[in-house]
Amino acid sequence: MNGSDVQVLVVDDEEIVRESLGGWLEKDGYKVSMLPEGRSAVERMKSGRWTVVLLDLKMPGMDGLQVLEEARKLQPDAAVIMMTAYATVDTAVTAMKLGAFDYLVKPFAPEELSLLMQKVIAQQSLVRDNAILRQELKKEYRFRDCVSKSPAMHRVFDLAQVAARSHSTILILGESGTGKEVLARTIHAESSRAEGAFVAVSCAALTETLLESELFGHERGAFTGAIARRKGKFELAHQGTLCLDEIGDISPKLQLDLLRVLEEHKIQRVGGNENIDVDVRVIAATNRDLKKAVAEGSFREDLFYRLNVIPVTLPPLRDRKEDIPLLTEHFLEQLGAEMSRRVQILPEAIAALLAYEWPGNVRELRNVLERGAVVAQNGIIRVADLGLGPPGEVPDTAGLGTLEGMERRHIALVLGHAGGNVSQAARLLAIDRVTLYNKMKKYQLNRDGEDVEQTPA
Amino acid sequence: MEQMQVWWIGERHPGEAALDYLRLRLAQAFPAPAAIWTQAGRPEGAFDPRRKQWSSSRILSWLASAGPAGKVLGVTDVDLFVPILTFVFGEAQLGGRTAVVSSARLGHPVVHDERLVLSRLAKESVHEMGHVFGLLHCGVPGCVMGRSADVQDVDRKRVEPCPSCRERLAHGIREAI
Repeated sequence: MNGSDVQVLVVDDEEIVRESLGGWLEKDGYKVSMLPEGRSAVERMKSGRWTVVLLDLKMPGMDGLQVLEEARKLQPDAAVIMMTAYATVDTAVTAMKLGAFDYLVKPFAPEELSLLMQKVIAQQSLVRDNAILRQELKKEYRFRDCVSKSPAMHRVFDLAQVAARSHSTILILGESGTGKEVLARTIHAESSRAEGAFVAVSCAALTETLLESELFGHERGAFTGAIARRKGKFELAHQGTLCLDEIGDISPKLQLDLLRVLEEHKIQRVGGNENIDVDVRVIAATNRDLKKAVAEGSFREDLFYRLNVIPVTLPPLRDRKEDIPLLTEHFLEQLGAEMSRRVQILPEAIAALLAYEWPGNVRELRNVLERGAVVAQNGIIRVADLGLGPPGEVPDTAGLGTLEGMERRHIALVLGHAGGNVSQAARLLAIDRVTLYNKMKKYQLNRDGEDVEQTPA
Repeated sequence: MEQMQVWWIGERHPGEAALDYLRLRLAQAFPAPAAIWTQAGRPEGAFDPRRKQWSSSRILSWLASAGPAGKVLGVTDVDLFVPILTFVFGEAQLGGRTAVVSSARLGHPVVHDERLVLSRLAKESVHEMGHVFGLLHCGVPGCVMGRSADVQDVDRKRVEPCPSCRERLAHGIREAI
C-alpha cells in the first residue's frame, strides 16, 4: 500500500490541530481531508473510502464517540484513531470497545504517530490481501452461482460442466432445497444454448390438465376458459432449456406425452392437431427415488431411461457441512447487496448453523440467514437472530377458533418447521404434495408458511 | 534562480563556521545558490509559556514577514513544537518559502560531540529545505527525505537526497521554469 493510496480523514474542532496534523501527514504522501466537526464527518463518510480516520474525542455538537459509532457502520474497514487531550481510562476503554483502532493522547511524540501510522497501513494491507485471497478462493469454489468446497459437490460441478457441453437430457436428483434449479440454470448458462431461454416449471404445483396446457400450450376453445391460443413452456423454451422440477410427481398420461416429445422433438397444443417442432434441452429434477417409482409401477421405465441419460445427484447440506461457512458468506453478500447494508455474523452463530441438521437444505439456510439479517441489530447476526430453536407452541386460544383457522395455522407451523421443504411438510402432514400446494394457495401461504400478502415482492 | 538564505535566529550562536557548513550542504543538495543572512532577529509571538516551547508554525509565519526574499531556513537552538506533537526537529511550508530547524533535541541523549550535533542539524536542514522544494517524505533507506521521529532515525540518513528525490527536484525545477 503506497502513501498515495491511503485516504486519511482528520476530524478536529481546533484549526491549528487540523493544520499541523494534516501537514505532517501530507509530507508522508497521504491523501488528507480535514473537517472541523462530527456531523459533516459522518456525511463525508457516506461516500468514498477512508483508510484512516483521526478523530478528536471532545468536540462541540456530535462528539468523537458518536462519530466513531457511525464510522464503524459506514466505513467498517477504516481504522479509527481517537485523539484526546483529556485521557481517562474510561473513555479510552469505551472507544476501544466501540471499535477504535487505537487512541493517542495529545500532544503525542513524533515516533508514536509514525509507528501508529505504520501499524495501521500494515494492518490495512493485510485486510486488503485477505479480501483478495478470499476472492481467489471463492473463484476456486464456484461454478457460476454454485458455491462449494466439498469434494462431492466438485464431482457434481465437473459432471455438470461436461453435461452442459452435450445436448443430452439431464436428470438432477436431490432433496428439496439442495439447489436443483440453481444447478439447472448454471448448466444452461454454460451450454451452447445460453443465448436461448431458460424456462422452469414445477410439475407438482399444478393439476394434470393445467400442467398439460402449461407445458404444451392450448388452442383457442380447447377447454372452458381457453379464450385465446397460448404457447406452452416447450415452445417458449425453443432453442433453450426447459427445467421440469418435481418430475416424479407427474401423471401417467403426462409421462407418455413427455416421452413422445423427448423422442420426436415435436409437440401438439391442447385442442390442436398441428405438430410443432421444438428444439429444447430438458433438464428434469426430482427429490423422489425414480428407480423405486419404476419398480412400484408409478413411473414409466422408458421415460426414466430417456431422462436418466446423465444423472447428477446433489448431496444434502447435512452431508457437506464444510460448505456452511462459505455458503453463509455468499448469502450474506447477496443479502447485504439487496438490503444495501453490510451484514456480518458472529462465530457463535456460525457454530449454531453447523450444528443444525438442515432438513430444508441450502434453501432453508438462505431463509434462516435472511431472517437473521432482517432482525440483526447493527448488521451483526447473533445466535438468537437465527430462530433455530424448537418451533413455538400453538397458542392456547387456537382451540377456540374455526377449523379452517386451525388448519391454516397448523400448515403454516409445519411449513415453517420444514424450512420451505414442501415435500417434508407434506410427509409430516400425511397428505400429498398437490393437496398441500392447493391448501397453501387457499390459505395464501408461501413455502415458509408465511402470509403471501406480507411477503415483499 | 531564487537564493536560499540561512538565518541564525537562536539563543547561543554556534559560530560562523557551523552556519557556513549548513550553507554548503544546502548548496550541494539543491540546484540553487545559498547565502548567510546576517541581520539580527528573534521570532516574535512564537513562545508558548504553558509548554515552555516555541511554536514552529508561528516561527514560519514570522520568517516569511521578517526575513529576506527567497527561500529562508531559520536555524535555532530553542525547543520547537507543533500543537499535536511533543516536539519537532523542524518544520517547513511544503512547496512554500520558509523552513526552521533546531538543534535543541539533536544532542539527545546527552551528547558532547558538537560535530555529531552539527552533522544531524545539516541533515534536518536539507530535509526541511527539501519540503520547501516540494519533496515529500521518502521511503528509500538512507535518503535525507526519510521521516525522522528520533535521533536514531536522523543518524541512519545521509545528508543528501536519493537519486529519485533528485529526479523529482530536477523535474520540479523544470516545471517551475
